[in-house]
Amino acid sequence: MTGAPRILPCGDCAISVDFGNVIDVDVNDRVRRLDVALAGAGVPGLVETVPTYRALMVHFNPLTTDYEALCRIILDLAAQTGGAGEARRRWRVPVVYGGDFGIDLEDMAAFSGLSVPDFIEAHAAPIYTVMMIGFLPGFSYLGGLDPQLQRPRRDVPRLKVPASSVSIGGAQTAIGSIECPSGWHLIGRTPAIPFLRGRDPVFLFDAGDEICLRPMAVSDWDRLAARAAEGDAVVERIA
Amino acid sequence: MSHLVIEQCGPGTTLQDIGREGWRRFGISTAGAMDRLSLAVANVLVGNPGGTAAIELTLAGARLRAEGGSVLIAAAGPGVTLSVAGREIPEGQSVLLEEGAVARVSPVRGGVYGYVAVAGGFDLGAEMGSLSAHVRSGVGGALLQPGACLSLAGGGAERPLAMRPLPVPEQGPIRVMAGPQQDWFTEDALARLTATEWTVSQRSDRMGRFLEGAEVAPNEGSMVSDGVLPGSIQVPPAGQPIILMRDCQTTGGYPKPATVISADLDRLAQIPAGAQLRLVQVDREEALAARAAAERVLSGFAAEPVAMTPDTSLLLRENLISGVWYPGED
Repeated sequence: MTGAPRILPCGDCAISVDFGNVIDVDVNDRVRRLDVALAGAGVPGLVETVPTYRALMVHFNPLTTDYEALCRIILDLAAQTGGAGEARRRWRVPVVYGGDFGIDLEDMAAFSGLSVPDFIEAHAAPIYTVMMIGFLPGFSYLGGLDPQLQRPRRDVPRLKVPASSVSIGGAQTAIGSIECPSGWHLIGRTPAIPFLRGRDPVFLFDAGDEICLRPMAVSDWDRLAARAAEGDAVVERIA
Repeated sequence: MSHLVIEQCGPGTTLQDIGREGWRRFGISTAGAMDRLSLAVANVLVGNPGGTAAIELTLAGARLRAEGGSVLIAAAGPGVTLSVAGREIPEGQSVLLEEGAVARVSPVRGGVYGYVAVAGGFDLGAEMGSLSAHVRSGVGGALLQPGACLSLAGGGAERPLAMRPLPVPEQGPIRVMAGPQQDWFTEDALARLTATEWTVSQRSDRMGRFLEGAEVAPNEGSMVSDGVLPGSIQVPPAGQPIILMRDCQTTGGYPKPATVISADLDRLAQIPAGAQLRLVQVDREEALAARAAAERVLSGFAAEPVAMTPDTSLLLRENLISGVWYPGED
């Protein structure tokens, strides 16, 4: 937890507060703490913040922001290691692994040298952290993947993968949102809908949330998917 | 209820205002007008606040019809003109489109994006605080198709307005600030970024402007994703820069040697595919001065009622005026 972040200019309207070029739980935690602290600091001109794996992007109005003061406040806040930040929310998320819901599961298990049940167990075991939401509305990048489940992305991306796919790409695993092109390996799918317009809340997850994946039976899919489509979160908050 | 019918339009027609903020942490792009200056001109010509939602046209023109009442409309953008019943409306001037009358909007002859604003704006539901359509995600709506009927909020100015002179966009190279990842590039690559005469690729759209003309490949290595915004210049391993535009995603994993300053995004958007551009590096102070100047132009916008000759006043008084006649012609 040492070392000041670097403040990288991103034009006149944003900066990237960079904690290092790594995917790392502690680095991501520093990003999250700074995000929480900055939200509470009431800095004039601040527009919004975007936490990512290893940096906090800070968008501001250049005409109403004292740039030097903003940088000073950020470096001060980043240096404060005390305080736990806001309590994390933890969600239990049902996932159907394999079959039509995760067409790459068997291939992934073979690649990892695991049986399919062991692969599922290893993927569902960690308490993941939402390290970043990006790419598409509500697309959640999870940190904490078991290294033996890693695999480089596909050479040829698929033009369309189903909404709410659970996938692995390199050292990362993710819960998708809407249908999209992807080069990641599809291992399962949740009936939960991370981004649903008209529902309150529109987004189920925020950066910093914790995620526990719970394998579910394919026979429960239709029931849960129908509930989700009607606006039920389907995920359960457990902390 | 009054509405505007889109009888004909090109494939890149959407509704845009100045975009949505506050949702980027959830992966929601800001979207918004590619050329906010032209959006503001169209709006001021019909008496609206400059950031009111308007129809954004991409290259192609459109044919629009008023239904259920008359409506004051205006078009803006490089080389965009309006004509009604074969009569061309002078640039920088709005026109009252009578019920049932049809307005033809010309193609965007001098750029890429054109805007059509209506007095009082459209009566459509905002999503996450904005009417801007982000077509890729569906947030804010989809592409507008021929046959679409857009409800009018009503109110607003009823008499034609004119703005003269029209604002002239700055000329010269597109200004960039170094960073955030200039240290991922060699000195040579960075020098090529500002020394090259770039050609805007045909692949360009609301998400990004692809540049061709040289390679500025980043150093080898795997970069972990961080935030991006309109203006970010990202460079994939092959070395062809992409300048991200209003519909860009919120995060990205390609190194970014430089960022286009906010004051230059509007005119960058209007540089068509096949045309050339240069980039020049400025510092924060210059970027701020440019942004402040751009804001002064926007806040100084004013439109005056179109002057009427005695003859036209007489016609108005006697209620003889119709959709085929336009006041203020020279």
